[in-house]
Amino acid sequence: MYQILWNRFKQGKRTHAYPKAPLELPEMYRGLPLIQGSDKGEEAATHCPQQAIFSSSIDLGKCIFCGECEQRSNSEFVRFSNCFEMSTNTREELIVSEYRSIDAKSCLGRKSIRELFGRSFQLRQVSAGGCNACESDINVLNTPFFDLARFGVQIVASPRHADGLMITGPVTLNMKHALLKTYNATPAPKLVIAVGSCAIAGGPFYDSPEVIGGVDELLPVDLFIPGCPPHPMTILSAIVNYLSLHH
Amino acid sequence: MKENDAFIEYRPGESLPLSQIPRMHYYDFYNQASLEIDRQAQVVHYFPLEDGGKKLLLLVLRKKSLHHKLLIGAAYAVNDAISFTVRSKMFHLFEREIMEELNLRLHGHPWPKPLRKEIQNYKLFTLQGSEVHEVGVGPVHAGVIEPGHFRFSAVGEEVKFLEIQLGYQHRGIEKLLPTLSLARMPTLIEGVAGDSAVSLALLFANVIEGLTLGGGEGQGLPKSTADSILRTLALELERSCNHIGDLGALSGDVAFLPAAAYFGRMRGEVLNLLLQLSGNRFGKNLIRPFSYRIPLTKERAVTIIKKIDEVKREVEEVGALLFSTPSVLARFEHIGVLAHTTALKLGVVGVAARASNIDYDVRRDYPYEYYHDINVPVRSLAAGDVLSRARIRYQESIDALIISKNLLNHWISLDERATRAVAVPTLSASSLVISLCEAWRGEMSLAAVTDSKGAIVKIKIKDPSFHNWAGLAYAMRGGEISDFPLCNKSFNLSYCGVDL
Ligand code: SF4
Ligand code: SF4
Repeated sequence: MYQILWNRFKQGKRTHAYPKAPLELPEMYRGLPLIQGSDKGEEAATHCPQQAIFSSSIDLGKCIFCGECEQRSNSEFVRFSNCFEMSTNTREELIVSEYRSIDAKSCLGRKSIRELFGRSFQLRQVSAGGCNACESDINVLNTPFFDLARFGVQIVASPRHADGLMITGPVTLNMKHALLKTYNATPAPKLVIAVGSCAIAGGPFYDSPEVIGGVDELLPVDLFIPGCPPHPMTILSAIVNYLSLHH
Repeated sequence: MKENDAFIEYRPGESLPLSQIPRMHYYDFYNQASLEIDRQAQVVHYFPLEDGGKKLLLLVLRKKSLHHKLLIGAAYAVNDAISFTVRSKMFHLFEREIMEELNLRLHGHPWPKPLRKEIQNYKLFTLQGSEVHEVGVGPVHAGVIEPGHFRFSAVGEEVKFLEIQLGYQHRGIEKLLPTLSLARMPTLIEGVAGDSAVSLALLFANVIEGLTLGGGEGQGLPKSTADSILRTLALELERSCNHIGDLGALSGDVAFLPAAAYFGRMRGEVLNLLLQLSGNRFGKNLIRPFSYRIPLTKERAVTIIKKIDEVKREVEEVGALLFSTPSVLARFEHIGVLAHTTALKLGVVGVAARASNIDYDVRRDYPYEYYHDINVPVRSLAAGDVLSRARIRYQESIDALIISKNLLNHWISLDERATRAVAVPTLSASSLVISLCEAWRGEMSLAAVTDSKGAIVKIKIKDPSFHNWAGLAYAMRGGEISDFPLCNKSFNLSYCGVDL
């Protein structure tokens, strides 16, 4: 017991104050890309493994944030910032260009939804294929540093207790049935959150006949969170913003 | 015996012309392989290959006595040929995969059902007896984990049989791969199992490098020491963060919450080191054929070393706490025992094997990248229970941090530190390369085959979990259903790595 207490004392308090205090991620982290110009866009597009670049825009739904376009264009086409706040209400808003970026702060749920879930929001996670890295980075939201529970957001075991689904993976044909069953078991009104490039547009598995290639082919999606996987802070900030939990 | 009638020796990573693969009659093939199995050979790979309109079954074995070499042999597939599983359980999933892919039967296979396709209609194993009851769990589970179905047949609380039904995450990866450009292949391969993305990317790079014309130990162009060191570093950081995470999960499962929280955070610290190296918390997009994509700076290397020291000290402190807490030990000890002989029979690899006293580690036995120059300590324990698996993970997480630090110091001392990015040259035509690595779960392997034009026509991926799920099923026999979560976490196998 003494040892436990001593350890507890040494470990100290580790939860970050975000959003009350700003949080800076390491410079190496590839967050929101900032399109610099259209000159090298076409050439960068030929190197993109995800076919995410067209007309000098990047579709962050398809993008896996590999940084190849930045490297190949010597940062002249695009530069990846370390801004982790990226989320949108619609699929179209995920397309960023020289003239349009993502403003995650304005990615809000309807007022009634925010009022309903603003103090307590229960989520059921469904892993519908993928590589399990998205699930891992959702799981860490329970660790002391992120501590999602301090906003009243909890990940629960049963869809019957849930106010929404957080879906990862490209929706494999083998998971379609289980996903629909889970959706139907969740009481309305319910939110659907697509986490990661797989859930948004198939991710690295796009064009495989074994996957549906995006949750919105099957269910109405309320919140899109890009990344491969999205940084835990991206997921946390997306939910906090969407439900205005920082007030 | 004619020369083409026997298994040949093969050094992993080297390009082997397809013409040199011995094509045997199934009967001879079966007998020779069986003999090798009796002499303690273990299966590395067993998969079908297109060969002039016919289907060739390629078997790759490993054996302690063969220094750094594997055995390769092949036979044309025949319907109703006798199954290896009848003799040796380690063939079970390999043969199911073959039967599914080629749509054929293997005589005597005890459970010839598909592995990944149309899984809604699968029949599950039922145990006869009026006192047997069944408990089904999944595919959608209570926690944030991957989908899979577990069916227990129990008498009272005692598990008599556990069937593990995977396949829910089948993404058609192996079918999709040959249709892709060389640039897209590694991103898909990293998607096989994100927690092992570094290992997967390394195997792909090694295979392509092996397939490349140009001499130099069958590795194509000579490698730069700096790149090799950094690749090895990324592999060790991947190992360390996953093991630390598992220690946290195990602590959480026995409700020892302080350790669960600390390990969870420390895993994050190591993930952040991977982020410092690659820009991605899982080390994705870092290793590519002939390249180590993201240059490291000396300043960052120094910062990483500092952090490693800090994390190592903390892991040791919390580890000491975990392994000296009686309530934890009481839950870990004698639970989920996988006996040494059973582990050998099933062909279990990695941490789970070493915890059952099997002395095998690819880093030492088939060295690759910078492991040629590292003295990897291979840890093993005898009890085969949850505690042994936890202890091995703990020890290996510390070892990995020490190795990482040494690698970084060595890298800093090099004269030539720059990383390279060389365009991939032409691949050898009609050839096969198989690469192995010790991913954090155990032996992982990847095979690639080219056609007469040097285009990749087949990539076969084997996650260590493919060997080890059976180990979990056996470890549960005689145990209680309520021990399953703990037991499962002590193996922590990949679902998506098997589903492909
Ligand atoms: S970072 Fe995104 S847009 Fe750029 S090459 Fe990679 S996948 Fe394509
Ligand atoms: S989006 Fe990327 S990280 Fe997430 S499951 Fe898909 S492949 Fe894995």
